[in-house]
Amino acid sequence: MIFEPGTYTSWGRIARVAHPIGRPRYRDEIAPALAGRGNGKMLAVGLGRSYGDSVLNSGGALIDMSGLDRVMAFDVETGVLRAEAGLSLDVLLRLIVPRGWFLATTPGTRFVTLGGAVANDVHGKNHHMAGSFGCSVRRLGLVRSDGSHHELDRETGGKLLLATIGGLGLTGIITWVEVDLVRIPSAILDVERIPFANVGSFFRLAEASAKSFEHTVAWIDCANGGSSLGRGIFQRANWCEGELTPHASRLKAVVPFEPPSGALNGFTVRAFNSVYYRMQKRGAPRSRQHYATFFYPLDAIGKWNRLYGRRGFYQYQCVIGPEHAEPAVTELVKQIARVGAGSFLAVLKTLGSRSSGGLLSFPRAGATLALDFANRGDRTLELLGRLDKVVLEAGGRLYPAKDGRVPAAVFRAGYGENLPAFTAQVDPGCSSDFWRRVSA
Amino acid sequence: MKDRTGQPKRVLILGATSTIAEALARRLAEDGAHLLLAARRADRLEAMAADLRARGAGFAQVWPIDLSAVTDANAELARMIAALGGTLDAAVVIYGFLGDQRAADTDSAELRRIIDTNFASAAHWCVAAAGVLERQKRGVLLAISSVAGDRGRQSNYAYGAAKAGLTVLVEGLAHRLAPTGARAVVVKLGFVDTAMTAHIKKGGPLWAKPEAIARGLHELLVKPSKTVVYMPWFWRPIMSVIKNIPTFVFHKTKL
Repeated sequence: MIFEPGTYTSWGRIARVAHPIGRPRYRDEIAPALAGRGNGKMLAVGLGRSYGDSVLNSGGALIDMSGLDRVMAFDVETGVLRAEAGLSLDVLLRLIVPRGWFLATTPGTRFVTLGGAVANDVHGKNHHMAGSFGCSVRRLGLVRSDGSHHELDRETGGKLLLATIGGLGLTGIITWVEVDLVRIPSAILDVERIPFANVGSFFRLAEASAKSFEHTVAWIDCANGGSSLGRGIFQRANWCEGELTPHASRLKAVVPFEPPSGALNGFTVRAFNSVYYRMQKRGAPRSRQHYATFFYPLDAIGKWNRLYGRRGFYQYQCVIGPEHAEPAVTELVKQIARVGAGSFLAVLKTLGSRSSGGLLSFPRAGATLALDFANRGDRTLELLGRLDKVVLEAGGRLYPAKDGRVPAAVFRAGYGENLPAFTAQVDPGCSSDFWRRVSA
Repeated sequence: MKDRTGQPKRVLILGATSTIAEALARRLAEDGAHLLLAARRADRLEAMAADLRARGAGFAQVWPIDLSAVTDANAELARMIAALGGTLDAAVVIYGFLGDQRAADTDSAELRRIIDTNFASAAHWCVAAAGVLERQKRGVLLAISSVAGDRGRQSNYAYGAAKAGLTVLVEGLAHRLAPTGARAVVVKLGFVDTAMTAHIKKGGPLWAKPEAIARGLHELLVKPSKTVVYMPWFWRPIMSVIKNIPTFVFHKTKL
């Protein structure tokens, strides 16, 4: 494998970093690349949907895994699927949906790889029932810089498996993954939309829906203050009967260029949120939606991250335990509305207690709030710092896949108890900008 | 790829583990084609074949072989076709070796490898496949060549000469097959972003993605209406200009 000079930008587009990038096509290329130290420490990357610096490795090299995208085995009867780590969920779903199978859980984009889904232990709208992606992992292949090959399963994988699930690619290179799929009656979901007036009513709705609805999620208005503060739309859904048609592989549109950085300002964000709220409120309260519409609304627009302009944007996603969730989320929404920074699309969801066991996994029982903020330099960082304080006081933590700036102390406060066990499993040949930042 | 009666097509891919070959094999697999995959590395072929079966190939047989070392391509080809079920709808000759022109200037082994891989052995396989297709009176031979064969340049004249030879050979085979109903097509590729070109600095509109090339090759297998094809199409006017640059000007360039 040859490492070519290149630049890599994560989804938030705040930093562009020059790296040597290797593009393996076969699994046997990984071990020699990892052993050759000419390029410094290595980091495997997938489709670059992580927002911050967990997919950057300044001074080291990247291994772009997207060419390792072969299905290795798929049992149509049992729904056990094994594939190379670079296979995208996009391609995977097109193969399995027509045969009546789906992923046990899926994040909000299908443009992630299997390896990335494991390394970030991603979660989805059914977390309160299915847990995170790692819960469906049966076994995986890991190559480490000492030349060792590991096949890690639930019985024998031990700490190394638990460090690899949610381990941000720091324990070695995941070469393949075997997962349990779930049966679906069709590709269609029966979706109900319920407007709510404030954070409190969101929590009542979520509680009332958790047992009878497989998928729940809410959009919350953090841009408009006063009596509109914390209003939103709660969505809940179950799979229903219908056809097993997979999503189309073509995108509806691609954002062709970057609008000026100022285009998404307080005014447009407030206006968007108001219009969105009214449109959603007026829409049919109940509808049948294809999984692509329900799970992946933003995937229809290629390169939507360009909308934030040249300076890029920050994502901020935290999770707060059930005991403090309601007051903490209320406080976060207040803080955001007060500075008028406004988040374009804020997503709120309750998470369940089912855990993959991943030592560095983000999801835990409670509520998670995901926000995005156009990068306005210090002003934005100041706001995020204030949000950190609220999260810290509530005993919550932040999602590394979304992060590009969390102070080490805040990260450690959130993951502290598992950090020593995780650090012991980190491959000395692997690193990332994120890891150097939070472990310093 | 299916024939008129809806039967899956039987396709032989020589050099199956290359980036473009695998992208093409995936398109054929989606059609339910029966594939025989020949290349050197058994482990890599196995990984590919399992994937192609999952993607819909009706049959995917691996055939580990050093194609450039085969002395009797006719006999080997007969065994391959037997494994495919007795008939051949398409043979794709796609392997190649870019080599290093500077090294070949002093190292005769490198020079010989460039010429043997890209011309001598490819010619051997193309002629053998054409014989089968002529007897069948149907089927397509698709050979991958290069725009490098259009004009000798200091940076890769050995590779270019070998590919020029291959182009003329397949053009001749197409002429020979024309009355039978079988077809031969030679495709001249420009720059493609693959493992073969991993060491070359890329960028700009001339670089094609292997998936786009595979789409074009798939179309040619379904409808082999041309004999010499530039892919992407814009290489035809580009090469026409390059071929017509007067020598005294050309010799001042670094191409």
